[in-house]
Amino acid sequence: MDKVKVTINDREYEVPAGTTVLDAARLANIDIPTLCYLREINEIGACRICLVEVSEGGKPFRMVTSCVYPVSDGMVIKTDSPKIQKARKLNLELLLSNHNMDCLSCIRSTNCELQKLCRDYGVTSSYFVGERTKAAKDESSPSIVRDNTKCILCRRCVAACHKVQAVGVIGAINRGFDTEIGCAFESKLADTPCINCGQCTVVCPTGALHERDDTDKVFEALADPSKFVAIITAPSVRATLGECFGYEPGTDVEGKMVAALKRMGFNGVYNMNLTADLTIIEEAHELIERIKNGGKLPMITSCSPGWIKFCEHFFPEFTENLSTCKSPQQMFGAILKTYFAQKNGLDPKDIFVVSAIPCTAKKFEVGREGEAASGYPDVDVAITTRELGRMIERCGIDFKSLPDEPFDQPFGVATGAGEIFGATGGVMEAALRTAAESILGHPLEKVEFPDVRGTAGIKRATYRLGDLEIKVAVVSGTANAKKLLERVKNGEEDLTFIEVMACPGGCVNGGGQPYQPPVVRNNVDLRAKRAAVLYEVDSKNKLRRSHENPVCKMLYDEFFGEPGSHKAHEILHTFYVKRGLYK
Amino acid sequence: MKKKLTAVDFRGTPEQEAKLLAVIEKYRGVKGAMMPILQEAQEIYGYLPPEVQKIIAEKTGTPLEEIYGIATFYSQFKLNPSGEVAISICLGTACYVKGAAAVLEEVSKQLGVEVGGISPDGRYSLEATRCVGACGLAPVMVINNEVYGKMTADQVASVLAKYKA
Repeated sequence: MDKVKVTINDREYEVPAGTTVLDAARLANIDIPTLCYLREINEIGACRICLVEVSEGGKPFRMVTSCVYPVSDGMVIKTDSPKIQKARKLNLELLLSNHNMDCLSCIRSTNCELQKLCRDYGVTSSYFVGERTKAAKDESSPSIVRDNTKCILCRRCVAACHKVQAVGVIGAINRGFDTEIGCAFESKLADTPCINCGQCTVVCPTGALHERDDTDKVFEALADPSKFVAIITAPSVRATLGECFGYEPGTDVEGKMVAALKRMGFNGVYNMNLTADLTIIEEAHELIERIKNGGKLPMITSCSPGWIKFCEHFFPEFTENLSTCKSPQQMFGAILKTYFAQKNGLDPKDIFVVSAIPCTAKKFEVGREGEAASGYPDVDVAITTRELGRMIERCGIDFKSLPDEPFDQPFGVATGAGEIFGATGGVMEAALRTAAESILGHPLEKVEFPDVRGTAGIKRATYRLGDLEIKVAVVSGTANAKKLLERVKNGEEDLTFIEVMACPGGCVNGGGQPYQPPVVRNNVDLRAKRAAVLYEVDSKNKLRRSHENPVCKMLYDEFFGEPGSHKAHEILHTFYVKRGLYK
Repeated sequence: MKKKLTAVDFRGTPEQEAKLLAVIEKYRGVKGAMMPILQEAQEIYGYLPPEVQKIIAEKTGTPLEEIYGIATFYSQFKLNPSGEVAISICLGTACYVKGAAAVLEEVSKQLGVEVGGISPDGRYSLEATRCVGACGLAPVMVINNEVYGKMTADQVASVLAKYKA
């Protein structure tokens, strides 16, 4: 690759030609601040916080936005001159002139990107005072809260919603001073085809878009002596919760997480990987049945509630392709309120099930029809990794000094196959392990399916199992799902089984996962780092096939009979609806 | 000026819809065609009702939000039809200096119609316009192409009386 010489703050560097000034500075160990910039997703040079001074060909210095301006040979760059500092400060003051400075009570206080910049640049008071854009809070969605009084119009959420997810329900509306990020006809988010994936909340630099906080409901239940309060933690939460407490991305904190939950007073702390295994057993059975009996193919996975809603809104013709299996979260709640309740002489109304999940769409899923096997909702409250982090902090638990503790039995046993559910391709790999052994009638020598691993948006593979050929595809991010399904619709793809995860990279990059500052988000492959935790745990587990899970075996022996039984269908399966686009 | 969502019912005809679909078909595969589609849709309907924006969204595969974003960004697009009595008041510099804002406020108050809006029965619409080129008559009010010059707030009631249904 061609290199060019540049001078950054009086020191010379050689950087690849075509690099942006922002990246060149990064190679020189300098982090230029950014607000609207999101690598490869939103590169629009709009916020003008990343301003630098450059001089090219001996011409006078001028200010450019470093995030989109490429270097040239001999360029002289100043990233922190008094003029630059003043310009950035002025831009921050202009942003604050139309900002609700409720920082003390803001959900993003201490991890707000605007707040940090104002601190870094010594913005001590509001320099420009005047009229502010009138904006109403939108709390219509069960998953996401919109508060435009805190919006800085950076459009990162718009890029996530349109480009990454192909949903496109929020965007800039109106003009000039009246510009705001909103929905068509100023409708409420709940009245649009929003899929609740929460990717907009992960990329929002301020408190303008955030998850609905359900933590008070959990504390209330914990304080109610008549309730048996159980918490189930999703596969990827152990791989990311540590980030809320300053651990490096890619740190497994399962033991400390369990220890914290036990100290918070949950009556049962359970491993959702168990019902990931159960999902696989049911789903692999369903797949084989569909193949044998000429059922609707390709079958498509159903564990991602964001994807399910996307399918119901945008591809209603594919709802019959969706596996009828409930998600692991819903299966777990259903088992606790049926099997577990009966076994322990509990009334299901006295069992309160909390799930800790990486996902904002799960907050919608708990209220779906067909998700109440006992007559009561399978799961009462779904809280995101971020909310769980805040709850632990509020309880004053010193997370880092906790010992490692194991999940409560009997619902603490899971296989490596359940573990990898949290990464794109994980559900496919787990299902292939079980389906292949069921079809072949003997154990696999190698349980790894490397073709479906990795963070690529669309992956394909073909496997020969005896005289059966299975063609699979794995997609993550609903924009990729849209691409693939359009090809399936046009007869350009011949597939047996598709895994779809709404969020790019799968649950490890879910809409409820911890925030990372721009310097991390733009320069570290969070998806791969977090997923590596899950594959590592899988590789060390003695049990690597879902059907080997002894607790699943027990559940079938004592309760369900066999996979796909009538009882299994009543408790572990659900249905879907065809939704229109706009109300 | 922020645009007002329409208060009148959609009265589109099958003929209008056939014309609209032909326009969309004409631009199929053409990049950057949303502006001409919206312009021609407005020629057909006189404004861009939500129902029309939804048809365009569905037929072009464009998110409805994006279309609404364009329709509310450019001043050439109207979210409201003109009323049977279409009132516009010039807010150009000369008219403004001579007190057009007070006239506008008075009309809005008397008719109960917001600027950029229309009465629910579709009778009165009220718009603020840029300079109409009659600065010598400032402030100027135009009703259905009839020009009323040197307006004051006091005269509003007597002018409007001529247009009572």
